[in-house]
Amino acid sequence: MVDETRIVLTGIGLTAPNGNNLTEFRQSLLAGKSGVGKIETHYMGEVIAGVCDFDPLKYQRKKELRRGTRAGSIAIYCAHEAIADSKLDLASVDKSRIGIYLGITEHGNVETEHEIYNIKQFDYNVELWSHHHNPRTVANAPAGEVTLNTGITGPHYTLGGACAAGNLGLIQGLQMLLLGDVDLALAGGVSETPHTFGVFAAFKNEGALASHPDPQKASRPFDRDRNGIVVSEGGCICVLERLGDALERDARIYGEIVGYATNSDAFDFILPNAQRQAECMNLALKKAGISASDIDIINTHGTATPEGDKAECQAIREVFGNNSNTYINNTKSYIGHTMGAAGALELVGNLPSFEDHIVHQTINVDNLDPECALKNLVINEPKKVDKVDYILNNSFGMLGINSALIVRRFAE
Amino acid sequence: MKAEEIRSMILEVIHEIVPDEDLSNLKGDVRIRDQIEMDSMDFLDIIMELRKRYSITVPEDDYMKLSTLDSSVAYLEPLMTDI
Repeated sequence: MVDETRIVLTGIGLTAPNGNNLTEFRQSLLAGKSGVGKIETHYMGEVIAGVCDFDPLKYQRKKELRRGTRAGSIAIYCAHEAIADSKLDLASVDKSRIGIYLGITEHGNVETEHEIYNIKQFDYNVELWSHHHNPRTVANAPAGEVTLNTGITGPHYTLGGACAAGNLGLIQGLQMLLLGDVDLALAGGVSETPHTFGVFAAFKNEGALASHPDPQKASRPFDRDRNGIVVSEGGCICVLERLGDALERDARIYGEIVGYATNSDAFDFILPNAQRQAECMNLALKKAGISASDIDIINTHGTATPEGDKAECQAIREVFGNNSNTYINNTKSYIGHTMGAAGALELVGNLPSFEDHIVHQTINVDNLDPECALKNLVINEPKKVDKVDYILNNSFGMLGINSALIVRRFAE
Repeated sequence: MKAEEIRSMILEVIHEIVPDEDLSNLKGDVRIRDQIEMDSMDFLDIIMELRKRYSITVPEDDYMKLSTLDSSVAYLEPLMTDI
């Protein structure tokens, strides 16, 4: 009898500022290619941001694009790409048994800010407030738009987990499969955040918005001169299945989710707590039934805030000590902070390591901060290693939410 | 605005709302929503556009008068003589 308690990834769809599928994304990571640039915003003028250039009309008609949200558009693109990648035929699977679980940091800000900007031109006359506002701003909209587009009639919702949300989407998909509520999960996270101005303004006033003459060098986790976050959009949706189902249809298996954990700092609205982050990683290791020395790659959260990076490095030191085989990297250095998508996107960028045994680097580390000088931190050049069996992905968010996910190279 | 200009304006507004539809053969005397894919929210977009562009408020009781292209032009023409 096939073990139904094992959950595997069988399809990946993504869009990042430096790639619109896993091949492109991975190539960019190994080549040190950033995707960050500049965009115009209401009230803030030009800002540094990571923006995606996937073709939204690949899977949507113009009307859908007009009616929906950017996050929805990103979700639709990633969902279709993931399904195609998994070689599942959507027309022949039971769509009532597919669940959509997407992590988001926020939703509704873009639409609301846009509407206020619009009616300002009409002296704030609310008779001109869009009747589309409510369906665009309900928090489930990004996932709901996928159901409208694909005809999927299983459960759909988003998970609000701040910058930990991408991991939470994957965890939720896994849990729903284990419960038997669905047979397929489209799980991951999305972000449309650069299209707000408020997030930029708030980060700036908080002293947490990155600045640099060269946008591609603005996101500098672990660098001595790092000065904050680059706000980015992106999406990553994975097809998750129970192992038995994946084997039965001879699916390509990218990896197996073997451990995960979520916890709360209960500490501060914004500041991180290294002790709780360490506890989170330890909980994930315990769930996976492995020890810290089994981890080959840690993909850090590392947003390039002075305090955030320091805390995470402290937490990693506590859990992993001086493990000689645990390599550490960071994806936000390339693409900025893709908010709700970050957990999932940054994880999948490392999955090809199971096959090619290369740990992608962290870019923009010109002067490593001594407080972030972790053993085996891979910076500026990729690192070839003997094997990669376990990847741990960290994602932490405001209000002190922490998540850790462990994926193992698939072996029957 | 004259009748022909109003007709063009309505077609332009509809095109913005349903950009995938081919409006070149839209019949003037047949219900618009029977010819192209437009739902009630799309229809409200037309109402909103009239309000935004021309400060014309169409009361809910008059919505039926905008069901065809011809009836829409007939309804709007007296309201748009000074525009």
